[in-house]
Amino acid sequence: MKTKVITSKDVHLFYGNFEALTGIDLDFNEHEITAMIGPSGCGKSTYLRILNRMNDLIPGVKITGDIRLEDQDIYAPDTDVVALRKRVGMVFQQPNPFPFSIYDNVVYGLRLAGVKDRTTLDAAVETSLKQAAIWDEVKDKLHDSALSLSGGQQQRVCIARVLAVQPEVILLDEPTSALDPISSTQIENMLLELRDQYTIIIVTHNMHQASRISDKTAFFLQGRLVEFDDTKKMFLTPKQKETEDYLSGRFG
Amino acid sequence: MNAKQKDRLATGVLYTIAVLIVLILASLLGYILVQGLPHVSWHFLTSPAKAFEAGGGIGIQLFNSFYLLLLAMLISVPISLGAGIYLAEYAKANRLTDIIRTAIEILSSLPSVVVGLFGFLVFVLQFHFGFSILSGALALTMFNLPLLTRNIEDSLRQVDFAQREAGLALGLSRWETVIHVVIPEALPGIITGMILGAGRVFGEAAALIYTAGQSAPALDFTDWNPLNIASPLNIFRPAETLAVHIWKINSEGIQPDAAAVSAGASAVLILAVLLFNVLARFLGQRLYKKMTAE
Repeated sequence: MKTKVITSKDVHLFYGNFEALTGIDLDFNEHEITAMIGPSGCGKSTYLRILNRMNDLIPGVKITGDIRLEDQDIYAPDTDVVALRKRVGMVFQQPNPFPFSIYDNVVYGLRLAGVKDRTTLDAAVETSLKQAAIWDEVKDKLHDSALSLSGGQQQRVCIARVLAVQPEVILLDEPTSALDPISSTQIENMLLELRDQYTIIIVTHNMHQASRISDKTAFFLQGRLVEFDDTKKMFLTPKQKETEDYLSGRFG
Repeated sequence: MNAKQKDRLATGVLYTIAVLIVLILASLLGYILVQGLPHVSWHFLTSPAKAFEAGGGIGIQLFNSFYLLLLAMLISVPISLGAGIYLAEYAKANRLTDIIRTAIEILSSLPSVVVGLFGFLVFVLQFHFGFSILSGALALTMFNLPLLTRNIEDSLRQVDFAQREAGLALGLSRWETVIHVVIPEALPGIITGMILGAGRVFGEAAALIYTAGQSAPALDFTDWNPLNIASPLNIFRPAETLAVHIWKINSEGIQPDAAAVSAGASAVLILAVLLFNVLARFLGQRLYKKMTAE
């Protein structure tokens, strides 16, 4: 039995009067990759953003339900959102490196946490960039602007930036949908490498990506969680008719 | 006439207008520089003005202009930064924000002579600052604040929302995200706006006539104690600036070489303002390039 890192029960999310998530129960195991799939607008990204409270930024959003990181209630009034986001890192659809050097991007979180020691920072940069499978490509130009890199490289620097602060959970919101196939494959392989150390939750539009890299898959449709199971099981023998239709490309 | 001919005609008209504008600017600049530059010398730039005889310079006025500019920027930059950050990052879309925005727009459309008279009534008379650098700097702040605030707000808004998300998702607080991510990224635009604002302030006359005053008492450039009345650093002394000096000479100058002094001073003023503009472009582009590595 694997340890559950994040548990959520009966999660509802409202944009004003519109109910975008209608009671989601979903748990995530430690050191597994969980994929969330479903057609556009099904609520999978919205759900993902609940887990590190990125929806707080959007006016008019109301969230109910019990969502916990280990034992801590993520939405408790006394939860330190800043500390939460240090434990639950996030990678976005569009690579969004800061307009600084590659080095400065990676150590950003550490510097703000007060780490000043040069050797520690250097070591963190090397480790994180190696984990993000981009060290060999950038080791000779660490002090070049991160914006001079290609989209795929930028996305891996963004992942290294998240890894550097050593989160427990990494959320990825369609991290490869803006990238070419080769860059996508590199990122997929990297995620498989990272699985042993992190709990990874990835939203993807690409069913094949989900089947290639994930241990578990959650299928969302119109704000509902239709099915959640081992990826192999779900792709071979889906229990629900809707899942089967979606996986076989009949809609979505 | 078919579409192609119309297009050609429109292109021609627009082209002519553009050339016309450039020509007007070039001839204006050329005229001022040709008239004025022959009178500009080291002596002219450094010696004090003379009221009744020929051979006066603009040294004190030039110093006053820069000093006043420095003080005005020292006051207006922090305030406009605060206002700009508030409006771009924190203000909610509600009535209060609307009122603030409208107030800033009105302030920015006030004629500078009105700002000057306001400064005269409030700073010079009410606060007893007298005709002084301080009154002038405060009046210039009134004049500069709305434009600077707007510039800073616009520059901050141009930073992609994804950058803010990146900062927040990394565990930065909202304030840290603004300070460490958004402002550095908006910096080229902010700096450009500040320097352009500095150029505007440097050439301003109407707001200063009744605030910083129209006289330039002799200064002792060896005395740097800001409390002494003859010290260049004293902020309670009257301080005629270059732009005010030009206005003064032309309206009531009785020096035999008034025309020459006016022409020379105008040339210096124009050059300084041009310099601010070139500097703004240069620094803005340099910073932008450095940050984006393009």
